[in-house]
Amino acid sequence: MNIDDKGNLVTAASDSDERVRDISAIHALVSRPDFGAIAGLVLVLFLFAMIAGDSGMFAADGILNWATVSAQLAILAVGACLLMISGEFDLSMGSMIGFCGMVIAIPTVYWSWPIWSSLLLTLSVASLIGALIGYIVVRTKLPSFIVSLAFLFILRGLTIALSILFTNKTIVSGVNNGAEDDWLAPLFGGEFGQSIFNWLAQIGVMDTYADGEPIVTGIPMVIIWSIALACISSWVLFFTRFGNWIFATGGDPKAASNMGIPTAKVKVILFMFTAFCAAVYASCQVIEFGSAAADRGVLKEFEAIIAVVIGGTLLTGGYGSVLGALFGALIFGVVQIGLFFSGISSDWFRVFLGIMLLMAVLFNNFIRQRLTR
Amino acid sequence: MPNTIVKLSNVSQFFGSVIALQDINIEIYPAEVHCLLGDNGAGKSTLIKILAGIYQPSQGEVRFEDQAVRLKSAKQALDLGIATVYQDLALVPLMSISRNFFMGREITKGWGPLRYFDVTTADRIAMTGLAEMGIQVRDPKQLVGTMSGGEQQCLAIARAIYFGAKVLILDEPTAALGVKQSAIVLKVIAKARSRGLAVIFITHNVHHAYPVADKFTLLNRGRSLGTYQKQNIAREEVLEMMSGSAELAEMESDMNEYERDSTTKNCPSLSEASPNDN
Repeated sequence: MNIDDKGNLVTAASDSDERVRDISAIHALVSRPDFGAIAGLVLVLFLFAMIAGDSGMFAADGILNWATVSAQLAILAVGACLLMISGEFDLSMGSMIGFCGMVIAIPTVYWSWPIWSSLLLTLSVASLIGALIGYIVVRTKLPSFIVSLAFLFILRGLTIALSILFTNKTIVSGVNNGAEDDWLAPLFGGEFGQSIFNWLAQIGVMDTYADGEPIVTGIPMVIIWSIALACISSWVLFFTRFGNWIFATGGDPKAASNMGIPTAKVKVILFMFTAFCAAVYASCQVIEFGSAAADRGVLKEFEAIIAVVIGGTLLTGGYGSVLGALFGALIFGVVQIGLFFSGISSDWFRVFLGIMLLMAVLFNNFIRQRLTR
Repeated sequence: MPNTIVKLSNVSQFFGSVIALQDINIEIYPAEVHCLLGDNGAGKSTLIKILAGIYQPSQGEVRFEDQAVRLKSAKQALDLGIATVYQDLALVPLMSISRNFFMGREITKGWGPLRYFDVTTADRIAMTGLAEMGIQVRDPKQLVGTMSGGEQQCLAIARAIYFGAKVLILDEPTAALGVKQSAIVLKVIAKARSRGLAVIFITHNVHHAYPVADKFTLLNRGRSLGTYQKQNIAREEVLEMMSGSAELAEMESDMNEYERDSTTKNCPSLSEASPNDN
């Protein structure tokens, strides 16, 4: 073995340099984690523009319709995305939505709490339960799949049992009485930019109903929440120290903790954030509908995971993008509403979803193999 | 002779009734590659863990820069400048070179909640850190999983050097590598030595260590067989001492025996038996 053989070694390195540079433009695009989701979104938008373009799906109210559906899911997907990158799952998100709804509704309606206090209570209780799930996962080192599955049942059961116990009902309505005067409720149930939309209607850009009210009166807060959560999460993930810790924790927990990263803390914080996202979802829903039901949010955990996987995040953790999860949620919303607008039976939605998920996982696997080869 | 940077005097390590190390004396000097040779079970790993602060020796004294120290944790050793690169390298394949370089020690800019990971500077430092070690990388955003085994080892070494290592402990750095990849790693070790670092190179393979080592310490069953300057000892002598010539001869005769067995015995019976095993 000759260690003075420097000339050879350097040449070998620069050879491979040139070889990669040739395909770097395509390589850079394809190796983005969210490439599949961007391509998929373009595809479904194109598809529905073809078959449902004249049905009003792409008119202002149509766009608002699928944007709202997507935004609701995106709020969950953002939390699930960060957690999945750190290598864990939270299957309790759906049950958490139902639970949080009741935690808002029961104190407000039955105990006459002001809405803002019930909302704050919900956000804190959800974060605490998230911390508990995370703590159990990191302490027992059990798969989070099992621990959060347990909480899927615990929380759903608690929701039904407690709402029966306190109210003898499983649907609690009348939450909105007094919501207008509340300082916090409009943050979840209000609309953003009403004056702009009114102005757009006045100058004739926006269509109006017969009574002069614009078709779209404002952007629902749920959309603002989803965009804000996605932007902040994406920034944290890619541009902060904590983001680097998330990637390292999911990529190789042993290496991460050897380098001094508190992986347990990272995971617990992300479980809390996931639960917080579910609480935000529930708050928006309860304030919008004015009611809470014990069966809200069923299967939402899986929809969130599907959106995240379509967004290019690896099931095994360590790699992914929040933007991808956002696009994954958009694909979800566009297809769900698009089927309605194009007159196709919505029974086909789940079939499509399953196929989409399968394709995304296969595609992600292929990309990961390319990346680490 | 310059002063030692790390000195072990009569260090022993016991685990219950097991004697893992007995009366080890080693002097490590700056700008020197000190090779620790020994077969499996010779006590190499125990010795690393003492130096890395993971084990506290049962007896004896550890001196760092002529001060007696009691290393209580890996972090304390690291703070003193004793960095260990383990076989698993503590790298994450799905993360970029610069993200791995700064993993757990991210450089930040900004203030309060707006503090961010300074990716641009991190990229630049990782590139120069590797270039100084003679490793040319195409792109600091390249994922570590796409690097060769040798390059990954060099990245782990360059990272340790950048973060202030004075003593670099390398645990079997060439064990999983081919000849060409090993050469890259040895070149980086030579670079580290020329920058004044003390390198402790742990291996069971003399051939990998011989080109770059200055001194050899041989371990056998928890005891030191002595430290030798490279000019005073030939490769074959090291090899012989390490395994013990008697053991090698025994192994050779065993191998001959086995060969004779397998040629005389009926091979078909073996291949018939194997499917039933499954």
